[in-house]
Amino acid sequence: MVRDWDNNPELEVQHLTMRFGGLVAIGDLSFNVARKQITALIGPNGAGKTTVFNCITGFYKPTEGMLKLNHGDGKQFLLERMDDFRVNREARVARTFQNIRLFSGMTVVENLMVAQHNTLMNASGYTIGALLGIGGYKRAAAEALDKASYWLEKVNLLDRADDPAGDLSYGAQRRLEIARAMCTNPRLLCLDEPAAGLNPQESGELNKLLRTIRDEHDAAILLIEHDMSVVMGISDHIVVLDYGRKIADGTPDEVKIDPAVIRAYLGVEDEEDEDLVEEAIVAVAPDLAGTIKPAATKQAPTKPAPAKRAAKSKAPAKKATKSKAAAKKAGRK
Amino acid sequence: MNKVLLQGQGIETYYGKIQALKGIDFQVNEGEIATVIGSNGAGKSTLMMTIFGTPRARAGRIVFDGQDITQMPTYEIAHLGLAQSPEGRRIFPRMTVLENLQMGATVNALRNVTEDLPKVFRLFPRLEERQSQRAGTLSGGEQQMLAIGRAMMARPRLLLLDEPSLGLAPIIVKQIFDAIRMLNRQEGLTVLLVEQNANHALKLAHRAYVMVNGKITMSGTGQELLKRPEVRAAYLEGGH
Repeated sequence: MVRDWDNNPELEVQHLTMRFGGLVAIGDLSFNVARKQITALIGPNGAGKTTVFNCITGFYKPTEGMLKLNHGDGKQFLLERMDDFRVNREARVARTFQNIRLFSGMTVVENLMVAQHNTLMNASGYTIGALLGIGGYKRAAAEALDKASYWLEKVNLLDRADDPAGDLSYGAQRRLEIARAMCTNPRLLCLDEPAAGLNPQESGELNKLLRTIRDEHDAAILLIEHDMSVVMGISDHIVVLDYGRKIADGTPDEVKIDPAVIRAYLGVEDEEDEDLVEEAIVAVAPDLAGTIKPAATKQAPTKPAPAKRAAKSKAPAKKATKSKAAAKKAGRK
Repeated sequence: MNKVLLQGQGIETYYGKIQALKGIDFQVNEGEIATVIGSNGAGKSTLMMTIFGTPRARAGRIVFDGQDITQMPTYEIAHLGLAQSPEGRRIFPRMTVLENLQMGATVNALRNVTEDLPKVFRLFPRLEERQSQRAGTLSGGEQQMLAIGRAMMARPRLLLLDEPSLGLAPIIVKQIFDAIRMLNRQEGLTVLLVEQNANHALKLAHRAYVMVNGKITMSGTGQELLKRPEVRAAYLEGGH
């Protein structure tokens, strides 16, 4: 069967192997990331997911294998051969980190300006032009600021623009990392556990944001995540790793009933097609106010219906499977 | 009625001029699992850290087992029998996994290492496989397991867990919650749990608090809060 992701993909990972001394962190891994799709990389802790990211984004040089990025306009890059900074600048791959790595002493908006450093540097004629007031630096700087504001609005942090990044809550820092990555205009966005530490409402917002990035900004997204409400809700394609090897590769529906995946990762049999329902819910979810109180008051009157959803989208968050059943029970009470 | 093990009265904490906790009252009875839920930035982690004295509460009182710990140095608090698995893991990256676990037991002068190590390894077999590896080379999820294991090695009377499920695979999350429940039932361990996964936390909790913008807005048993529509709407429902 020919799959979307096998047909002219954005990224082809072929026979990727990464060894650390005698430890084989990734063994002969091959998969594709389709253009303008969301691909999730899931698997047990220590399976090698972040190592794959580190190889793709130039943090590690793979021991073996090929990482071919194809922009679809004739430009092709072999990521494993590129210097790390060129992976972002030329191949336009951007990432976020599992352990947040913002410039915590800089303000939120400064973090986003730093992300556009390359563009600004060029526009300033490597500082000289800007000092002399010639060239397009002013315009470029204004554009950079516009772009920063645009993404701040998208991630709902516009009102925090001048606060130090380190003062943001964990969830907000994660969103800022996504905004920072997007400020580099990536073709491939790699997100390492973007929903970690988010509550169900916030992960619903995240789903919406990621869909926007996919649909309106033509970026392919590769995502590592344990929150099944996110993974099953928005992924077009899921690749499952265990001990550095691929154990499954398919659509969410295929993967979640795969016995090997259930054994290694999900834990217990998944009972229903809840995730499909959930996907529908998230899709129709209107804007999710950041504050709790308004949401609460809005929600309260419509309780019976949402009660069931609650169970749904809550449980898969991190817990998947079994807890879903329990959550549903709770929902019916 | 069990006796009160940890109690907070009117706790106020500031980061510079910003007030993060605006008068928190809470208690945890001996043998209970208590939980604090709330969205990101509500102040849950700040409360956990304030209990340990970093940052210090600027007003209010924190009493552990009848003793006022509000102004006590952090290491003394640890010696009283409180242990924490902090948000962001904070393991010792250049020590081995085994050494990290031993560090957890230093408050007991390492007396319980031989006895408790197998328990931690039973809960997290991955840590046993990797015990001689530097902790900094573990994957994120494995570091989380280590942080929880290290806190357990202190044999605390009160275990504070700040988002234990963060970054863990669904199957492991389930194991952790099962383990918390088991430790509580069988060994009477008292637990204060902060969790984004409110549904799981509430089901486990004897006592639960909802925190909004640095204040406790609701409290009750976990089951009670699970049924409250406003809790459902705000914390249990995704995407809406």
